[in-house]
Amino acid sequence: MSRKWILPLILVLALALTLAACSGNQAAEAPKAEQPKAEQPKAEEPKAEEPAGKEVTLTIGFTASQTGKYNVPSTRQTTGLQMWMDDVNNAGGIKLSDGTVVKFKSVFYDDESSKERVQELYTKLATEDNADFFISPYSSGLTAASAVIAEQYGIPMITTGAASDSVYKQGYTVVYQAYTPASRYLTGAIDLLMNLDPDAKKVAFVYENSKFATSVTEAAKAYAEKNGFEVVLFEGYDPETKDFNAVINKIEAAAPDAILGGGHFQDGSTFARQLYEKGTKVKFISLLVAPPEPTFAELGDAAVGVTGPSQWEPAAKYSPESAKAAGLEWFGPTGEEFTEAYKAAHDGEEPSYHVAGGYAAGLILQKAIMDADSIDKDAVLKALDAMDMMIFFGHIKFDTSAEAHGLQIGHEMVLIQWQKEDGKLVKQVVWPKEGATAEALYPIR
Amino acid sequence: MGEVLFTSAVDGLLIGIIYGLAAMGLTLIFGVMDVINLAHGPLIALGMFGVYLLFTILGLNPFIAVILVAVLGLLLGVVIYFVAVNRVIDAPPLSSLLSTFSVNMIIIGVGTALFTTSSYNVDYTLGTVEVGFFRAPGARIAASLVALLTTALLYLFLYRTRPGKYVRAVANNRIAAELMGIPSTRILALAFGIGAMLAITAGGLIATILPINILAGGSYELKSFVIVVLGGLGNPLGALLGGLILGLIEGLVPVFMKTTWVPVIEYVLFVLILLVRPQGLLGAKE
Repeated sequence: MSRKWILPLILVLALALTLAACSGNQAAEAPKAEQPKAEQPKAEEPKAEEPAGKEVTLTIGFTASQTGKYNVPSTRQTTGLQMWMDDVNNAGGIKLSDGTVVKFKSVFYDDESSKERVQELYTKLATEDNADFFISPYSSGLTAASAVIAEQYGIPMITTGAASDSVYKQGYTVVYQAYTPASRYLTGAIDLLMNLDPDAKKVAFVYENSKFATSVTEAAKAYAEKNGFEVVLFEGYDPETKDFNAVINKIEAAAPDAILGGGHFQDGSTFARQLYEKGTKVKFISLLVAPPEPTFAELGDAAVGVTGPSQWEPAAKYSPESAKAAGLEWFGPTGEEFTEAYKAAHDGEEPSYHVAGGYAAGLILQKAIMDADSIDKDAVLKALDAMDMMIFFGHIKFDTSAEAHGLQIGHEMVLIQWQKEDGKLVKQVVWPKEGATAEALYPIR
Repeated sequence: MGEVLFTSAVDGLLIGIIYGLAAMGLTLIFGVMDVINLAHGPLIALGMFGVYLLFTILGLNPFIAVILVAVLGLLLGVVIYFVAVNRVIDAPPLSSLLSTFSVNMIIIGVGTALFTTSSYNVDYTLGTVEVGFFRAPGARIAASLVALLTTALLYLFLYRTRPGKYVRAVANNRIAAELMGIPSTRILALAFGIGAMLAITAGGLIATILPINILAGGSYELKSFVIVVLGGLGNPLGALLGGLILGLIEGLVPVFMKTTWVPVIEYVLFVLILLVRPQGLLGAKE
C-alpha cells in the first residue's frame, strides 16, 4: 500500500469511529414524540388553614420531564399521579377523625430531563410553592438529585419511576420508594425457577454492559449463588451487539438450565430471536425490559416461553382476595378498575407501568395520611415506616433500617411470560403467585 | 471443548464470508481508481433496507430480493460515480474522500428521515440446520452460500470476460489502458457500480439474518476497513481472506475470553498490520 494513503486512512477511521459513537447516542435517545397531556398547575390558591373541621388543600410538588429524553415515561407517570389526585378529590378528599377534609393540588415544572434543573426546581417547590409533599421525577438519576432537596427541607417524598438502590443508601429519612429496586429485578425469576424445578441448578447470566443491566445481574447472581445455583456463565455484551452467535455458542458449551440477563429492548429481542433460531436447548429464559413490551410478540415462536420482569402489568391480578390470602391489608382501586378508568380516558390505550407507578405513589401518600390521621409530616413519616399493604400495584412495604431507609422491600416485579393460546401469543403473568394469571410454561424448549 | 471450537469456527467463517464480500466492494473501488469510498457503510445499509422493503411490501423471498437489490445497486453505483466521483478522480485523495463522504451524509440523512434510526427485522426463517452436534440457523448458511457464489461470479467476471479484463487493465495502468482504446471512464463507472453492488449485496444478506437500522452499515464499514488493510488494499482475494480471518476472530475469541475483547483484538491487529506489513497479507495492488 502506498505511503500517502496511511494518514488519510487513519483519519478516516478516527472519523468513522467518532461518527459511530455519536450516532449510537442519537439512536438511544431518539425520543418518541408525545406531548404531555397533564394540566399545568393552576394559579396559586391560598392555602386553606382555617381551624379544624374545614378543608385543607395540600400541595404536592414534583417535576415532570415535559421535554428531553424522559418525555414519554415521565408524562405517563404524571398522568397516573394526576389521575389519582382527581380520584381522591372527586371522592371528597380524605376525611380525618377531627373532621378535617384533606384535598390535594399539584404544582409541577418541566425539568427538561436534566439533573441540574431538578435541584433548582425542587428547591423552588420547597421554598416558594411551600410544597407539603414531594413525588419524585422520572428515572433514577433525576430522583437521586431531587432526594437531596427533599431531605434538606425535610419534605416527605414518594419516589416512582426510579429503581436504583443507591438513593436509599445515603442515610435519607424522608424518601420512600414505590418501585421494586434494581437489585431485585431478576430475583423473582430465580424464585419462580426454584418453584418450578428444584433440580435446575445451572444458570447463565448474559447481560448488556450498561450500568442498569450490570447492577441488576450482579445482584441476581449473588441471589442465585446464595440459593445454591451454579453460575456457569457470566458474560456482558456491548449495547450495540447485533450478532449474539458467539455468546450463544458459549452458552451452549456451558449447558445451563436457565438464561437470565438482557438489557434493553433491541438487544434483548435480538438475543431471544437468535437463541431460538440457533435451536439452543434451554428450560428457562428471563430477560430485562424487552419481553413485557407488546412488540416483543413480533418475534413469533421465538417469543414463546420467554419471561421478563415488569414493575406492573394490567393483567396482574392483585386483588382484595389475594391480599387477604397473603395476610395484608388491601387499599385503593383494583387493577381492573384502574385499567378501565385509564382506558376510558385514553381511547382504549392500555396503561403502562409508568402510569400505574404514578398512581401508586399517590395512593401510598394517601394511605399514609389516613393511617397517620394527620397531615403533620412526622406523623405521616411514621405511618410510611409502618406501612405494609397491598394495592393494585402490588405489595408495599419500606425498609426502616438505618442503612437502607425507604427502600422498597414489599413490592415484587411481576414476571410475564409469552404463551401460545390457540395459535396466538398472549402475555401471561406467571409470578408472583398472588398476581399470576396462568401457570408458567416449563421447560420452554 | 472440541465441539465448541468447531461450532464457533464454522459460525465465524459463515459470517466472515459476508464481511469479506462487503470488503471486496471497498477494495475493488480502491484498487481500480484509488478512491476510498466513504459511502460504503450507507450503501450496505441501503442493501439492508432494500431487502427489508421488498420483503415486507412485496412479500418477496429475501434471497430473491437480494438479487434485485444487487442490480439496483449496480445502477446506483454508476450514478454515484458520475455524480460524485468522476470529476474528482484525478484530484488529490482528500477531494474524493470528501465527495464520497457527502454521498454518505446524503444517504444517512434521507434514510434517517424515512426510517428513523430504529431497528427493523426481516422476519424470515429457514429453520435450524442440524448436522451432528453442529446447529446453525438455515438463513445464515444460505446467506453465506450466496456470498460465496457472488464472490465466484465476481472472479469469473474479472478473469473470464472482456469487460472484466478492461477493469483489470484500468486498475493496472489507466493511461496505458486508454492508449489501447479502453473507454476508461465507462470502465471506472462500471467498477464503482460493481463495488457498490457488492456492498449492497452484503447488506441485503446481513438483513436476512440480523436486525438492521439505517446506521448499522457503519459498523460493517469499519470491519471492511480492517479487512481491507488485513488482506491488502486493492486486492479482492485478500479481502475475502481478511473477512474470513475477521469472522474467525469473532467466532473463536469469545471461547477464550469475554466477547467485549473482540473489537480490541480486531483493532490491535489492524494497527499491527499497518505497522508491520502495510501491504497486507496478500500484498496490495501497485
